[in-house]
Amino acid sequence: MLDKIKEFASEFFVTGDPLILGAQVSIGLSLVAIIFVLTFFKKWRWLWTEWLTSVDHKKIGIMYIIASILMLFRGGVDALLMRVQLAAPELEFLHAEHYNQIFTTHGVIMILFMAMPLMFGLFNIVVPLQIGARDVAFPFLNSLSFWMFFFGAMLFNVSFIIGGSPDAGWLAYPPLSELSGSPGLGQDFYIWGIQISGIGSLATGINFVVTILKMRAPGMKLMQMPMFVWSVLSSCVTIMFAFPILTVTLFLLFLDRYLGAHFFTLDGGGNPMMYINLIWMWGHPEVYIVILPAFGIFSEIVSTFSKKKLFGYKSMVFALMSISFFSFFTWAHHFFTMGSGANVNAFFALTTMLIAIPTGVKVFNWLFTMYRGRIKFTTPMMWTVAFIPCFVVGGMTGVLLSVAPADFQFHNSYFLIAHFHQVLIGGVVFGYFAGLYYWWPKMFGFRLHEGLGKWAFWFWNIGFYVCFMPQYALGLMGMTRRVNTYDFDMGWQPLNVISTVGAFLMGAAFIFQVWQIAHSIKFYKKEKDGDAWDGRTLEWSIPSPAPLYNFARLPQVTSQDDWWEEKQRIAAGEPAKPLAPLEPIHMPKNSGIPFIMSVCWFTAGFGFVWDWLWMAIPGLIGVAVCMLARSFSYDTDYYIPVDEIERTEAALRGTK
Amino acid sequence: MEKHNTHGHDAHESHGGSMKSYVIGFLFSIVLTIIPLVVVLNDLLNKTATTVLILVMAVLQFAVQLIFFMHIKDEKKPRFNLMALIFGLVILLTIVAGSIWIMTYNTVAS
Ligand code: HEM
Ligand SMILES: [Cu+2]
Repeated sequence: MLDKIKEFASEFFVTGDPLILGAQVSIGLSLVAIIFVLTFFKKWRWLWTEWLTSVDHKKIGIMYIIASILMLFRGGVDALLMRVQLAAPELEFLHAEHYNQIFTTHGVIMILFMAMPLMFGLFNIVVPLQIGARDVAFPFLNSLSFWMFFFGAMLFNVSFIIGGSPDAGWLAYPPLSELSGSPGLGQDFYIWGIQISGIGSLATGINFVVTILKMRAPGMKLMQMPMFVWSVLSSCVTIMFAFPILTVTLFLLFLDRYLGAHFFTLDGGGNPMMYINLIWMWGHPEVYIVILPAFGIFSEIVSTFSKKKLFGYKSMVFALMSISFFSFFTWAHHFFTMGSGANVNAFFALTTMLIAIPTGVKVFNWLFTMYRGRIKFTTPMMWTVAFIPCFVVGGMTGVLLSVAPADFQFHNSYFLIAHFHQVLIGGVVFGYFAGLYYWWPKMFGFRLHEGLGKWAFWFWNIGFYVCFMPQYALGLMGMTRRVNTYDFDMGWQPLNVISTVGAFLMGAAFIFQVWQIAHSIKFYKKEKDGDAWDGRTLEWSIPSPAPLYNFARLPQVTSQDDWWEEKQRIAAGEPAKPLAPLEPIHMPKNSGIPFIMSVCWFTAGFGFVWDWLWMAIPGLIGVAVCMLARSFSYDTDYYIPVDEIERTEAALRGTK
Repeated sequence: MEKHNTHGHDAHESHGGSMKSYVIGFLFSIVLTIIPLVVVLNDLLNKTATTVLILVMAVLQFAVQLIFFMHIKDEKKPRFNLMALIFGLVILLTIVAGSIWIMTYNTVAS
């Protein structure tokens, strides 16, 4: 009996690596600690009613952001481990198999479980406030999206300690990702983790498209929306059409692995190249999905801190929307070397170069907005100013890569690695940081310490260039991606050491940020009026943090930058807009179904990974039961009475 | 959320369907299903012709569903559903045509 248990455990848990053992122990200990704290302070009920079942977009946003920062930590540790391994030739810090797992999980986590949820967190917190709405269009679905993402991400992450990590790269190209190349469970964790969280992403995309089109405050025309809202719309439209492609592609891979189909195998009439073709039809739009909202954030910040209207509003809208359309027509630039012939390559090289044009337009818009503005260098503005040159260089190396014949040299070298990290870190991550710093006072009602934020800023920026500039050179010197070690006589060591130093500078920057947050909480100072930066858009017209119902009265919008115009009018001595009488506010009720349903999905996914039908089938039944339960629940909403609104408003504004 | 309907009955307003249009739609969709079925079961056409027929019937079926049951024609302006549909079709076309184009050039490899 004991032997059997032992045998099972040694298959179930990943064993034999001191690093992983350390991780297992520390994960176990932190779990125990969390459970202890929650029980000791009797916080279980609070956790359930205030957070896990909440359908409030502001709370869901905060949960997204917390989850994504945890994922940033894990992805970052992965990155540092890889950089240590590469710092010197022929190191044996990580052996080949472990290295493969780490670069795979690093890539998946950073894009799907760090960038995407950080982006969704900002969508959730900002969009309803900016368009003057009281929640998103489908609050229940919103909560479901979050929990699907969360449990999908957890399913992916447990593979690290249970069953074994995937190791076929972040896009899992077959035939390596087929059963023949990856017989282990890691690849199944990959498929199920991404599928489950992918459903959540698709639902979020639909939710925000509907929210933006249907729930704007009375009077707000499309061409009066804040630029961030436009960027969210373009990103979500792209999600709506790109994510189904990912789901289908991974489903076909699942059929190959689980039922022995032959879509992408080398035998039986399959073609692995088809997978590469399909996955990039999602993959290229995906990189634009994550960068577009960053463009929106920069637009808001630039105009707020230059005290000017955004230059070229219409051209910006046009650029955003055309990027989201054209991002569907460039995918083959990721496999120029596949051998599809000169015509195909020429076509996709051209489309790739063309899409760089609307991107360039935006840079000029930001520059002209700053031109002759009264610029204030707060931390959000610093991130924005640092982003512009960084992204320009990243975009230009992208254009170099899009020259198909030249790409035969650059493809899958460190040059490519440097390119996409430059656009992803210098663009996406810097952008979301800028947004986080900018909207932080709105989310939590207090400001972050600016001094520590500037330290973090400089460490991130200097670290970034020290880490990635050498990688361009390494790529041209012939260093290919995904190698776990190299010979001494390649001459790659000096640049690799510099690169590793840069990575650790960014690690230090992260610590500065954690310190900054901790410090600001310790010296908590309530932010009195809701308008932390003398802002322009509606979210700054209400108290921070926003009350449950956001707006006691729905704002009546008459112009772009409505709140700014209103402030100008009041300053000029004109009367403020008249206040309509308060009315009871219609709100959605909290629900535990999204959480429970996502647990069921997790169970089903875990069952399929291990091929335990006794677990998978009840999981799926649970999902169906949750859907039924939701369909038959009628008591899903309530009204906040007027006197309660009056009391809340008086308490919030009374401190003024 | 403001648009939530607590009272079930007015959830169906303004859909503009009539008994007549539903019946016509129903008949159309049945006929479009039966034609390929009959052709296939009785081997009436050769292989290519059958495939083409099935594809044509499928596209018509799609149109019937959209017009008679999804009320795509009755949508008020701005016609977001129609726009989404057209964009979706464009993407679909890109996926299919693009893949065929890329993969046929790639036959060297398979
Ligand atoms: C001016 C705009 C851009 C151009 C012209 C461009 C061009 C390219 C090209 C041609 C490749 C393929 C190179 C190869 O595999 O050999 C590539 C790879 C990549 N790009 Fe870009 N890019 C641009 C912007 C972006 C942005 C904004 C992002 C993300 C936010 C991004 C993320 C990536 C990623 C992740 C890869 C590599 C994925 C992989 O192979 O694993 N790019 N880019
Ligand atoms: Cu691309």
